[in-house]
Amino acid sequence: MTALQLASLPFPRIAACGDHALAVELSDVIDEAVNARVVALAHALTAQAIAGVVEMVPTYRSLLVLYDPAVVRGRELSVRLLDLLAEETVRDAPGRQVTVPVSYGGEAGIDLDELADLKGMTPADLVALHSSAQYRVYMIGFAPGFAYLGGLPDRLHTPRLAVPRQRIEAGAIGIGGMQASINSVAGPSGWRFIGRTPLRLFDPSRAEPFLLRAGDRVRFRAVDAAEAKDLDAAVAKGETPVEWEIG
Amino acid sequence: MNSLHILEAGPMLTVQDLGRPGYLRFGVSGAGPMDRSSMRLANHLVGNEDTQAALEFASVGGAFTVETDVRFAVCGGSVAITIDGTPRHGWESHRLYPGETLRIGAMRGAVWGYLAISGGIDTPCVLGSRSTHLRSGLGGLNGRRLAAGDQLPLGVSRAGPLLALRHAVPRSPGAIRVVPGPQAGHFDARTWAEFLEGPFRVTPDRDRMAQLLEGPQIRAFAGHDIVSDGTVSGSIQIPSSGRPIVLMAERQTTGGYPKIATVASFDLPRLAQIPSGSLIRFRVISQDHAEDLAIARSRHDAQLLADLDLKPEEPTISRQSQS
Repeated sequence: MTALQLASLPFPRIAACGDHALAVELSDVIDEAVNARVVALAHALTAQAIAGVVEMVPTYRSLLVLYDPAVVRGRELSVRLLDLLAEETVRDAPGRQVTVPVSYGGEAGIDLDELADLKGMTPADLVALHSSAQYRVYMIGFAPGFAYLGGLPDRLHTPRLAVPRQRIEAGAIGIGGMQASINSVAGPSGWRFIGRTPLRLFDPSRAEPFLLRAGDRVRFRAVDAAEAKDLDAAVAKGETPVEWEIG
Repeated sequence: MNSLHILEAGPMLTVQDLGRPGYLRFGVSGAGPMDRSSMRLANHLVGNEDTQAALEFASVGGAFTVETDVRFAVCGGSVAITIDGTPRHGWESHRLYPGETLRIGAMRGAVWGYLAISGGIDTPCVLGSRSTHLRSGLGGLNGRRLAAGDQLPLGVSRAGPLLALRHAVPRSPGAIRVVPGPQAGHFDARTWAEFLEGPFRVTPDRDRMAQLLEGPQIRAFAGHDIVSDGTVSGSIQIPSSGRPIVLMAERQTTGGYPKIATVASFDLPRLAQIPSGSLIRFRVISQDHAEDLAIARSRHDAQLLADLDLKPEEPTISRQSQS
């Protein structure tokens, strides 16, 4: 198959990523239903436990499947993946829902006031809007545990900064373009930040090092300084003070 | 407990084991060695298991001492190795005694070198691996490059013979083989012809995360932004500059640039070892062919590791050991 033929194949299609990975592409746009199918496919593939499949990376609209060619060849795996996709059951998988406490504004929410000005609303309105939406973790990438969240209300869409800031702390609640984020590790970023969560999205010393995974649903809840302080103390003790709802 | 003392450190000296699989979906790439075969060989030459950690260096090694007797081996490329000034060969094991200083100089004709010490580097495991992931600050010694003055814990070194490689490992010359990538169709026939004609210069803009290439500008007719998807080691991304970026051991796990091709895993360590300034060309092979090469590589490596030669003991060097 030549490269040009590849582009004209309809979705779903399977693309080689060298000699130890396949990309199962379901679409070329960001869409909640597409992402739900990506996550469902990952679940179905896990359940099938195909020998030679070693890792999977669910992203917005495709699933990267890593394999050991000494155990299963890419050509054979492609056929099995397409068969699996044809099954009706690969539609949606049970998701988890979590509420993330946020201390809006302050030092970590460096852009809150300016952003509110820009949008012609008060900071309190902006907080209310941000914390009223339902978000979906489309994928984890960029840095350990970094969650790309879809579902940001249109009014809050904001371009990234032309010059990234050198250091944004872990836990910072961000807005980049049409996406929302929770910073998992400290580092440079061109996103705008409106608050912080005491939760740690990534802590290698925890039994569950990563808080979120692709397909999770997230809501934000504003907390006051006193509650943030209590939560900080709990997190410092290694606790993860959140409640999961499954469904 | 035995320790390795670092008296001098090259610019990119890190602790590595075979890597940290299983966390790609959480945004953590595998890290591990840039040239896996060379690191495995160094470990086997000193009687270590595959899974034990060694040191990886780029360009220049450093100076090292130990507190109790060990065996060591340096693999990866041609490099000046001395114990208290007396030259020693690469690709075979030697003994290092307390009071002696091991020096590893500059690599010639290669980039990444490996120093394995019997017992292995015994820094803590993070997410199941000792590999340093510099970008994420994970593993190794506090997730960072090593520096003069650092001390690394060593595992228990079992007694064992000195070993040598039976034959030198030739690095096959010729084009770097690639499999058309997931966005291969974002590049038209003329661009593909230019990509395969090259040549590309291996620039000094390279680290454990990525290798930048310079050559004909590669244009994606469909634009240089895609909805981010997963990456692998060897993914060749084409950003809007038109200059290819080959992703390496510490890559970002997802990316938003179109990926024209993926370097065959057989040839990726070879690309990693090509000195900056060299010219390379790409050649397309099928996924099937690349898989055959990958399988052949692991068989060849297994054969090499099973075929190490016993080596006669060497006269000791230091006054301390001679007394």
